[in-house]
Amino acid sequence: MPERTHVTLTEEGPALVTGPVEVELPDGERVRSDRPVTALCLCRRSRRYPLCDTSHRTKVRVKEES
Amino acid sequence: MTRSLTLPAPRGPVSSAVLEALRGGSVPAVEPADPYGDDLQLALHCCYELHYRGFPGVSPDLEWDPALLGLRRDLERTFLAALRAAVPAGDDVDAEVEALLVEPVGPQVRGVSHHLQRAGELWQLREYVTHRSIYHLKEADPQAWVIPRLSGAAKAGLVTVEHDEYGGGRPDHMHAALFADMMRELDLDDTYGAYVDRVPGATLAEVNLMTLCGLHRELRGASVGQFAMVELTSSPGSDRLVRGMRRLGCGPAAIRFYDEHVEADAVHEQVVRRSVLAPLLAAEPELAESVVFGIRASLHLGERLGDHLLGCWERGESSLLP
Ligand code: FES
Ligand SMILES: [Fe+2]
Ligand SMILES: [Fe+2]
Repeated sequence: MPERTHVTLTEEGPALVTGPVEVELPDGERVRSDRPVTALCLCRRSRRYPLCDTSHRTKVRVKEES
Repeated sequence: MTRSLTLPAPRGPVSSAVLEALRGGSVPAVEPADPYGDDLQLALHCCYELHYRGFPGVSPDLEWDPALLGLRRDLERTFLAALRAAVPAGDDVDAEVEALLVEPVGPQVRGVSHHLQRAGELWQLREYVTHRSIYHLKEADPQAWVIPRLSGAAKAGLVTVEHDEYGGGRPDHMHAALFADMMRELDLDDTYGAYVDRVPGATLAEVNLMTLCGLHRELRGASVGQFAMVELTSSPGSDRLVRGMRRLGCGPAAIRFYDEHVEADAVHEQVVRRSVLAPLLAAEPELAESVVFGIRASLHLGERLGDHLLGCWERGESSLLP
């Protein structure tokens, strides 16, 4: 039996996939990641889609010089 | 990155005493110094460096010299007492993490990476990289001290992140190597330790905190807290630096370091929260206070350095020592 790929769906943001992955996008583009864990963007706000870039984070607008 | 420089220049009685000892002299008695000042922080930096790469011509045996270790302990106590006095104690790690995950946005946000993204000039970016070189040329090393002080899932989680910091087995992908590439492209000297003489105590203090927490088992929670603070905040900050560097027309090797950190630290955040902090606190809930201390102390020192950089730049001055 090959080892199962572990996928964690996070509450706030990405899906975490273990092991090297290749993601195929609708237009056929393939994105590879060789990290031990890859964070796949599910919020669609990432500027590096399909990889998470933390754009899913809550933002607060600062009015005065912080 | 292979060469390394001679001893730094002393900045007062305490660093003179340490440098004297490194040259083979005895360790003179010294009066306590300003905990964040140049003199104490340089002295501590030199003591710690014996545990990393050492100095050419300095006996490696001095790493375990009792007199030097005794002096180091005094400096550490002074530094630690100042940090404990400066940051409020707490034990709500979840609340600290939540706060770090909220991203302040807008043109009013004050911060070094915000400034470099919006309006920073190339000389300021080069100064920023110069300050950061004290840590990044040994990136992940201070946190590696904590590995044998952890066990089980938290240890495995921390090593997962460290492995990525060390390039996942590819030496040319090591973050320290990517940082050196960036320095060269920005026409900076990537020799290990080249800029120690140019950076103020505020810069050395940040790295000294990492080593302090790494070398003391008692502070292992704080080491993890400091590590978490960096991993949780680095991705958006790195993105701002990438954009600033693009605006300034920096080359690809320069951009690559922070570009890699946008993606890597988006993952590291998740691993640190789920696979390091969660199992660590489940196994040793009494470490919560230490973790919070590590987060707050590193934020506090980061703010001090940030204020120094922005303050100097607002006055049109260099943030480096002459
Ligand atoms: S899930 Fe993180 S950026 Fe979309
Ligand atoms: Fe890194
Ligand atoms: Fe990281």
